[in-house]
Amino acid sequence: MIKLEHVTKKFGKLTALSDVSLHVGEGEKVVIIGPSGSGKSTLIRCINRIEEPTEGEVFIGGELVTKKNALNIVRRNCAMVFQSFNLYPHMSVLQNITLAPMKLQHKTKREAEEIAYKYLDRVGLRDKASARPSQLSGGQQQRIAIARALATQQKIILFDEPTSALDPEMVQEVLDVMVSLSQESITMIVVTHEMGFARQVADRVIFMDDGAIVEEGEPDAFFENPKNERARLFLSKIIR
Amino acid sequence: MKSMSPIAWWRFELLFSDWRLFGKAFLVTLAVSGLSLALALILGMIFGLLSRSKYRVFRIIARVYVELFQNIPLVIIAFFMFNALPYANIMLSTMTIGALGIGLYHGAYISEVVRAGIESIPQGQFEAANSQGFSYFSTMIHIILPQTITIILPPLTNQAVNLIKNTSVLAMISGGDLMYRANSWAASGSSSYAPALIVTGALYFIVCYPLATAARAYEKHIINAGLVTAATEDAIVAVTDSE
Ligand SMILES: Nc1ncnc2c1ncn2[C@@H]1O[C@H](COP(=O)(O)OP(=O)(O)OP(=O)(O)O)[C@@H](O)[C@H]1O
Ligand SMILES: [Mg+2]
Repeated sequence: MIKLEHVTKKFGKLTALSDVSLHVGEGEKVVIIGPSGSGKSTLIRCINRIEEPTEGEVFIGGELVTKKNALNIVRRNCAMVFQSFNLYPHMSVLQNITLAPMKLQHKTKREAEEIAYKYLDRVGLRDKASARPSQLSGGQQQRIAIARALATQQKIILFDEPTSALDPEMVQEVLDVMVSLSQESITMIVVTHEMGFARQVADRVIFMDDGAIVEEGEPDAFFENPKNERARLFLSKIIR
Repeated sequence: MKSMSPIAWWRFELLFSDWRLFGKAFLVTLAVSGLSLALALILGMIFGLLSRSKYRVFRIIARVYVELFQNIPLVIIAFFMFNALPYANIMLSTMTIGALGIGLYHGAYISEVVRAGIESIPQGQFEAANSQGFSYFSTMIHIILPQTITIILPPLTNQAVNLIKNTSVLAMISGGDLMYRANSWAASGSSSYAPALIVTGALYFIVCYPLATAARAYEKHIINAGLVTAATEDAIVAVTDSE
């Protein structure tokens, strides 16, 4: 489904990603962990072309997307959920969710709202349809952001630390939504340090350090017995 | 014997007996204000957007426009159109000069307000829109500009107030506006400058004061509603402080 070949991303002199190759199968759930600045965000932002790789190639569904005019292929296939939610504050929850289906997928208002309510039900927030994002808690905002991402019905969903901006008591409600989502055939790449979540849903855990993938494996094997020294050090720090 | 005091009552009576003249001049000022504000808003929006373009040449064009008109006196623009352009066989009415000149001049300030407003929208909004597949243009139309307009309405209103006051530049080219009328009426008659200036000043005031007050009230409202922070609002206002 997603294939990165020798992807390098530089910001000026700084190399955020160096020669990363990665293959993610259709329907696979991949969790990415690693210390701050290791390039996790940059990696998933290169997949949906918010960042342009400096070198290397990205394929989605067999199609090369790191070329001119390929953005539409990415947008047809990838949705993204951000650490800071990024809901549109001037719109109601319902408008947030229906905007892209209506403007980009040319659905009628009725169709778009039908889809929106379906996903509002999924995240358990149907009664917030007419609220403004600013009236919602962080956890609720992130669940709406997930509903917004789902409403365009793409095959891939990327999460960049979806729970790390949340108060601790709100983390679980968002993780619950993501766990239930993982039961579906959608391809998920999740940057997160939530080990419980990773063990529960991930087919594979990827550990990044210094712009490179330094270890990957099944979650149980990885968390219990990481082979890489830096991965071991990192895990010892975050597991309390 | 008539009192020679500059604010003697008979001077006011004389003024009120000529109220039609002042009424007409007031309308000229309002018309020039309206036309030049419309032009300034259009120019400000266009150049404000150009200054955020990903193409360097557009950013340069916007920069040149802004710097040019922010760094010359408005009077130069008016005199240029009034005294210099006729030698190129371009004769403009004073009304046109007012609309064009003041529009161009304030368009530069409004452009900076628009630019600062767009820049104050968090990067995450652009990224969310981008990740959903919105083009630059539809991102602006559906997501960025609606938020920008809320934020920049108070500084835009302040610009409108400055613009209205600046229409008084027309007095220097016999533009028939309020300022011109006040001065020429007093000069050509009884030298009743004080009443003329007090009354026309009051007319400017009754237009500008409600606008300025409304801008402050709206600013307070959007800050309280959490749509913008006071610091952001201050930063946007500050870009036009060079005026
Ligand atoms: N737009 C940018 N301009 C310049 N440098 C950047 C940019 N984005 C990321 N970087 C740099 O690239 C490196 C990798 O950043 P990235 O955000 O991918 O790390 P991360 O693993 O997601 O970290 P975190 O856990 O803090 O989110 C960092 O050194 C960061 O400072
Ligand atoms: Mg990150």
